[in-house]
Amino acid sequence: MSKKILLEKVNIPGIKTYEVYRQNGGYTSVEKALKTLTPDEVVEEVKTSGIRGRGGAGFPMGMKWSFIDKKSGKPRYLVCNADESEPGTFKDRYLMEFIPHLLIEGMITSSYALGANLSYIYIRGEYMWVYKILEKAIAEAKAAGWLGKNILGTGYDLDLYVQIGGGAYICGEETALIESLEGKRGNPRIKPPFPAVSGLWGNPTVVNNVETISAVPWIVNNSGAAYAEIGIGRSTGTKLISASGNIKNPGVYEIEMGLSVYEFMNSDEYLGGMSTDRPLKALVPGGSSVPVLPAHLIYKTANNEDRLMSYESLSDGGFATGSMLGSGGFIVYDDRACIVRNTWNFSRFYHHESCGQCTPCREGTGWMEKILHRIETGTGREEDIDLLLSIQSKIEGNTICPLGDAAAWPVAAAIRHFREEFEYHVRFPEKIKNRDHFVAEPFEKVKHLVSKLTV
Amino acid sequence: MEKSQIKQNINITEALTTRINELISHYPDDKRKSALLPVLHEVQDAHDNWLSIELQDKVAEILHILPVEVYEVVTFYTMFNQRPIGKYMFEFCHTSPCCLNGTENLMDYTCNKLGVKVGEPTADGMFEVRGVECLGACGYAPMMQLGDFYQEHLTEAKIDQLITDCKDNKIILHDK
Repeated sequence: MSKKILLEKVNIPGIKTYEVYRQNGGYTSVEKALKTLTPDEVVEEVKTSGIRGRGGAGFPMGMKWSFIDKKSGKPRYLVCNADESEPGTFKDRYLMEFIPHLLIEGMITSSYALGANLSYIYIRGEYMWVYKILEKAIAEAKAAGWLGKNILGTGYDLDLYVQIGGGAYICGEETALIESLEGKRGNPRIKPPFPAVSGLWGNPTVVNNVETISAVPWIVNNSGAAYAEIGIGRSTGTKLISASGNIKNPGVYEIEMGLSVYEFMNSDEYLGGMSTDRPLKALVPGGSSVPVLPAHLIYKTANNEDRLMSYESLSDGGFATGSMLGSGGFIVYDDRACIVRNTWNFSRFYHHESCGQCTPCREGTGWMEKILHRIETGTGREEDIDLLLSIQSKIEGNTICPLGDAAAWPVAAAIRHFREEFEYHVRFPEKIKNRDHFVAEPFEKVKHLVSKLTV
Repeated sequence: MEKSQIKQNINITEALTTRINELISHYPDDKRKSALLPVLHEVQDAHDNWLSIELQDKVAEILHILPVEVYEVVTFYTMFNQRPIGKYMFEFCHTSPCCLNGTENLMDYTCNKLGVKVGEPTADGMFEVRGVECLGACGYAPMMQLGDFYQEHLTEAKIDQLITDCKDNKIILHDK
């Protein structure tokens, strides 16, 4: 069994309740931080731990914390990003649903480190029942004296609330989330100023993912140095992976960074291999935004090194032959999955979720969806493939927030690695019509048809 | 804004007012507007899951903001309905990871069974089928949202059972 930090206690009966959570060592990080450490010492521990943002960007948490403006004397806020909506990702929901007090504890300890006296957890609207679980957990923590005025007699005050969203992926972007928390449309803000200087209601704000904040209690209890010993290189600690698609055991797993992709895919402790007797065709390792990997680049990098579950190894080879760890949304495709249909599906998602502020994203995502739809339904043209590449290159890097990039990358990667499949759709429209939705004949069987024409 | 075509009975009950005031208390005194999204959810749940223009105006009045500040939010977020919807709204996640496990076939099955197309309520207003984007349940596919809850690992038999349970009034939509 590998190291467990976040999910160590998740299987204890009744761990959802305050009593059981407390009996099993819960809230000790709050006691330790408030009674024996200064806020800056907590920040130092987090810096030493090397933990990087678990929402997808992978930015070092300690550094993000150190940017918060403490000089202006304005009130400071901590906001937890629980707007989990990246296709393929469902780990934060698991943490909040099954061990809600871990997040509450992390919020208190982290708020203390940042000097915040008012903090929020912003949760996506669809997780309505999880919102109720968190509200209940907060009420329990408050009744036990972990929230409110003069916590543990230390003079530190903290109020914590949950805010529910309205069903918009874009609110996972931190400035859009802040806008939404202010009761507005989720339009991302132009940065700078960064939230650390001007965030919620114009005050210094830190936004962290659920999983990142949930690791803080362990770091404070065991030291940042102990956390940094877990994992590999600059990918310290453990990571929650949400696994879905054509695998035997889908679900949420906590892995130590550095585990090989092969072992994660095939060991019975994890995914247990494919759910069907079909071969592996492709993998999206970090949520829909990251580049798809074809079979020959999944277990080995282009340099023939073992591919590992870490920020560095998954991005080894750049976009040409690598991908990204992202949010850890691990989507597995067997050989019957149609890459064109998958790419169209993702494009539809980004088109639907674009906030509409920036022209390249608002127009480009819709345009790509339209083209991909016609290729998928048998009315595509040969030049459409290069047109897609042209559109995606004009979205990438030209928008206020990363949603544009997130929409562009999967299209580019799909064509980079599976161009022949797009050509097959265009050249043999009668063969792809009347398919049973997502299930296609394995492309390997018909590949020779396009290969002949290409050579 | 033009008045809604369909009349909605507006009833801000005492219990609803209490909950709204509690939500407003989560924010600093001069930041009532921040409570807009949570308040809209509460108000919508108490009014047959939709928000007429008149009801949106009422929310603006409660939060001391302009009606347009409510309209722009209601039109932006997908969870706020601007027309009456089926009482039992089957919202299937139709993003790739779910589709790999047969969502599209199951949506076809459900539509055929109910005799409707996606996005059109049944004549009696009881059911509606919709495809929505990723609900964060990829490992438990195929799945749908029904009210405040998720129905996961769906099969045709489970769909049949759900429809029966809805007709028998056994399904709780909102946990209040």
